[in-house]
Amino acid sequence: MYRYDDFDHRFIDERVAQYRDQVRRRLAGQLSEDEFRPLRLMNGLYLQLHAYMLRVAIPYGVLSSNQLRKLAQIGRRFDRGYGHFTTRQNIQFHWIKLEETPDILAELASVEMHAIQTSGNSFRNTTTDPFAGAAADEIEDPRTYAEIIRQWSTLHPEFSFLPRKFKIAISAATEDRAAVKMHDLGLYLRRNEAGEIGFEVMVGGGLGRTPLLSHTINPFVPRRHLFSYLEAVLRVYNQYGRRDNLYKSRIKILVQSLGPKKFAEEVEAEWNASDREAVALPDTYVREIAAAFAPPNYDRSPTDEGAITRDAAGNSGFARWLKHNIATHKVPDHAIVTISLKPIGETPGDCTSDQMDLIAALADELGHGEIRVTYEQNLVLPHVRRDRLFTLWQKLDAAGLGSSNIGLISDIICCPGMDYCSLATARSIPVAQDLSRHLAAREEAIGNFSIKISGCINACGHHHLGNIGILGVDKNGEEVYQITLGGDAGNDAAIGAILGPAVKSGEVTASIDKLIDVYLDRREGSERFPETYRRIGAKPFKDALYAPR
Amino acid sequence: MQLVTGNRLRDGVPVYFIEGGRWSPALDDASLVDDSKADSLLAEALGGPKPLPVVAPILIEATRQNGHIEGLSLRERIRAQGPTTGPMTHQRLVIPGAS
Repeated sequence: MYRYDDFDHRFIDERVAQYRDQVRRRLAGQLSEDEFRPLRLMNGLYLQLHAYMLRVAIPYGVLSSNQLRKLAQIGRRFDRGYGHFTTRQNIQFHWIKLEETPDILAELASVEMHAIQTSGNSFRNTTTDPFAGAAADEIEDPRTYAEIIRQWSTLHPEFSFLPRKFKIAISAATEDRAAVKMHDLGLYLRRNEAGEIGFEVMVGGGLGRTPLLSHTINPFVPRRHLFSYLEAVLRVYNQYGRRDNLYKSRIKILVQSLGPKKFAEEVEAEWNASDREAVALPDTYVREIAAAFAPPNYDRSPTDEGAITRDAAGNSGFARWLKHNIATHKVPDHAIVTISLKPIGETPGDCTSDQMDLIAALADELGHGEIRVTYEQNLVLPHVRRDRLFTLWQKLDAAGLGSSNIGLISDIICCPGMDYCSLATARSIPVAQDLSRHLAAREEAIGNFSIKISGCINACGHHHLGNIGILGVDKNGEEVYQITLGGDAGNDAAIGAILGPAVKSGEVTASIDKLIDVYLDRREGSERFPETYRRIGAKPFKDALYAPR
Repeated sequence: MQLVTGNRLRDGVPVYFIEGGRWSPALDDASLVDDSKADSLLAEALGGPKPLPVVAPILIEATRQNGHIEGLSLRERIRAQGPTTGPMTHQRLVIPGAS
């Protein structure tokens, strides 16, 4: 993985020192809250219902075992012994004391981490495929480009006062595992007929109050001109983006109002007028960064597949885990393992410090010391030999990490909601906990299915992209939940449609149950929920949910 | 009835204003006043010794029942009693009739 150079170390250490002084002045009353707030937000520190919350950047979701151990230590020493992995592939600590935050940032810096640009109108964490470097279906390792974009976008002087935050995602595989189309700017790595690498550039996606999928504005930008094209997009946004209305300030609103074609023309004009060569991406630089993501030293001895089959035959839990949590690796005899952070009835994305320590140790023992965070709030060991899978599963299962539900209905994405978040209008975690408890018994029968829950319109839980989406809102002091159907992430991304009137909090689980019944009754063959929904429409679901009682 | 609450500057803990310029993390300690006196209470809270040890003090609606003060909104009850989400936080606020 990418390692800091001397400049990076010096920059982060200086930033910690600056922040330490800012905190000292705030506690001494030399800075007002109005003066201090932007300073703490620039370092990822929010004030929430019960305490401060620190959002730590995990660049493109890639962690070393040492970094994960440090996060475990921070959780244990400064929080309540756990952390919460987010839909931006980051981690949040929810019980933080302001006076301890400089020490936390210093601890993070010691393992080449920080919390910069996890808040504010800045470039947020560039996200990518959690299977990067291991996926059998990728053209190239997208982490190279995610790191290049991270370096370019960190404190970029021209774009440090954007109209609003800006999120980039990149995928280099056939299957989009990074929800690229819901981003302000999405990149699909492409190879043209001449065999050259470039990017399909999509702009104008986003969730929140106005959910929209992005539009392709250029089907192939040559790799060499990535920076100049990104800068052209950002310049058009910087110039025309709305700064007068918070709710219309994201780039998606600009793309929508201009129209994708006109927006693309504006970008093209800006790009043509720019000095592309001045910011061209040298091949030497790409190779240098790519070298940081060189494959591990794989043990290529053959696996005894018969032993795996025998272990699975003798242990139904392991067999189920193999079925749901394992993906095909590009190297024979290896597997990509997704560790579910969705044990039935627990908080999606939460991981205790003890669990983090265990996963770090297992990554060292069995997975070349690498861990990934998924935007679906799970963790990944990307390089595990197949003949060590049974050992791995046994150790995970003993620590409550053996859930075999990746891609199933209990693999729920869920924001922290009103249990923690000062922006939330309703709770989301208890809804997820109740649903997973209730639906677990029949999740095998239901098959691949996504439920996504947000506790407010900002949609951190990606509810618009859930096959079933649930949005908690406050209605006259009461929590009610709006249900959307037909959403999807990935290649077939779709924004869910609101089904009808919101349901009361105590009725959510029973309501979802009815919708699932309709799906199971009406689906044809192996049809996924969005396909069934598109085929039969909303009416059967409405009839089931809103029929007179 | 209303009271003044904010988050303690140094650690973010929810605190409640007590007459005399003091703040307490215990909701039952709060000064609970009639709506007509709420603005005066907030002014007193904001006018306390500087630097104010609390971030963004505001008025919230609350009631006294069975000798205990309780915020009227669910948000304020969660702020006072902790998350409703179970074992990770070792706190659990039970909301009757909710999911």
